[in-house]
Amino acid sequence: MTTAAHRAVPSDPADLAVPAARDGGCPFDPPPAYDQALHTAPVTRAGLWDGSSLWLVTGHAQVRAVLADERFSADARHPGFPFLSPGRRELVTRTTPTFLRLDGAEHARQRRMLTGDFIVKRIEAMRPEIQRIVDDTLDRMTADGSPADLVSAFALPVPSLVICHLLGVPYEDHAFFQSRSTSLLDLAAPAEAVGVAQRELTDYLRELTGRKRSHPDESVLGRLAARPDTTLEEAAAMGLLLLVAGHETTANMTALGTLALLRNPEQAARLRAEPGIAKGAVEELLRWLSIVHLGVPRVAVEDVDLDGTPVRAGEGVLCMVSTANRDPEVFPGGDRLDIGRDARRHFAFGFGVHQCLGQPLARAELQIALQTLFRRLPELRLAVPYESIRYRTDMVVYGVHELPVAW
Amino acid sequence: MKVTVDQDRCCGSGQCVLTAPEVFDQSDDDGLVRLLLPSPTPEQHASVRLAAALCPGNAITVHDV
Repeated sequence: MTTAAHRAVPSDPADLAVPAARDGGCPFDPPPAYDQALHTAPVTRAGLWDGSSLWLVTGHAQVRAVLADERFSADARHPGFPFLSPGRRELVTRTTPTFLRLDGAEHARQRRMLTGDFIVKRIEAMRPEIQRIVDDTLDRMTADGSPADLVSAFALPVPSLVICHLLGVPYEDHAFFQSRSTSLLDLAAPAEAVGVAQRELTDYLRELTGRKRSHPDESVLGRLAARPDTTLEEAAAMGLLLLVAGHETTANMTALGTLALLRNPEQAARLRAEPGIAKGAVEELLRWLSIVHLGVPRVAVEDVDLDGTPVRAGEGVLCMVSTANRDPEVFPGGDRLDIGRDARRHFAFGFGVHQCLGQPLARAELQIALQTLFRRLPELRLAVPYESIRYRTDMVVYGVHELPVAW
Repeated sequence: MKVTVDQDRCCGSGQCVLTAPEVFDQSDDDGLVRLLLPSPTPEQHASVRLAAALCPGNAITVHDV
């Protein structure tokens, strides 16, 4: 690890912007300025869009230290919490807080209403159902003929169908919730538009959970709504979080992961040839692509010494999982995609008690979706020049807007 | 090696079950960690150490005896 004495800390936070431009870099890599910070100053000052500044944390050990330390709060109501856009700030003032943005006992109380629904063996038991959804979706895509947009024909429908099945949300409403999710996660969207999308989605989930409260079913939302220890507002807010996180993240990992494999054909060939490698391949793609590309925000609620850097109470911190996941201290040659490597120490799902609740589900979906896609379509290739692909640089979840493929 | 778990620190991420399924389980009811083997065999030591390192809530403690 670099010691504080050797660091070249930029004197002006505006030199390092959040979010940083990706210009000139490979679209699979963190922005060049962040990569430079990882190698020179893994805890450094950076400037936010609103003129404020925060601590940008880029090293693996330092990111782990922040996310495991309860003196760094996830609660956006604390003064100094860093927001990545006006829309992100709007959401906090309007939304009933969920465990994503709560600490301590409040966080544990809400999260534990759901931990039983996402345990490994329950998700493992869903594999046949996920495989059926993947197969049916691929059947429809191939029946419509080559070429196709992999995002709208495969990557988005698969996790949307799975999360609808699990939560008890009617899939017929997918166009509605997918379009609102897009607005919620768009950094460029005006705060007002984000607020409207959030209200529409909350109203929808409040109505749905309200119906389930009077007519309980065995779905996750059905059982959540039936609990006496939660309010309808809380259940709807948690439902919104699960619905949005449950399809956006996996959809973008599926599409971007497919593109990464198409650009590294020797890795795709290995995935086809060795079905047993799918689990490790998914961990490596999660590490290498780090679709939570804007970082995980926290705010210090006490003065903390972070690896030799004094962080004061009320100062914002942004943990860049994308650079931490390339840190050569933990992942030698980490800038290279190698689906045979042991990538399990990655932070693609975050770290600490807020680590992604749905990770067993995301893993199962990605393993089945990618392995089935490359097995069934051995001739899969890009249908457009690689240079024409548009990336989701302005979205909270990174990925591609469309992925035209042929087979 | 002796292993202890602290359910108060567990956030139900499932990392331990994925890494060392012979040693750790999750409760069907609340998803929290259950310790199956407090004294793992030498062959299990590496995966138990990895499970402890991966545990996001720092709920697993490995004691060398």
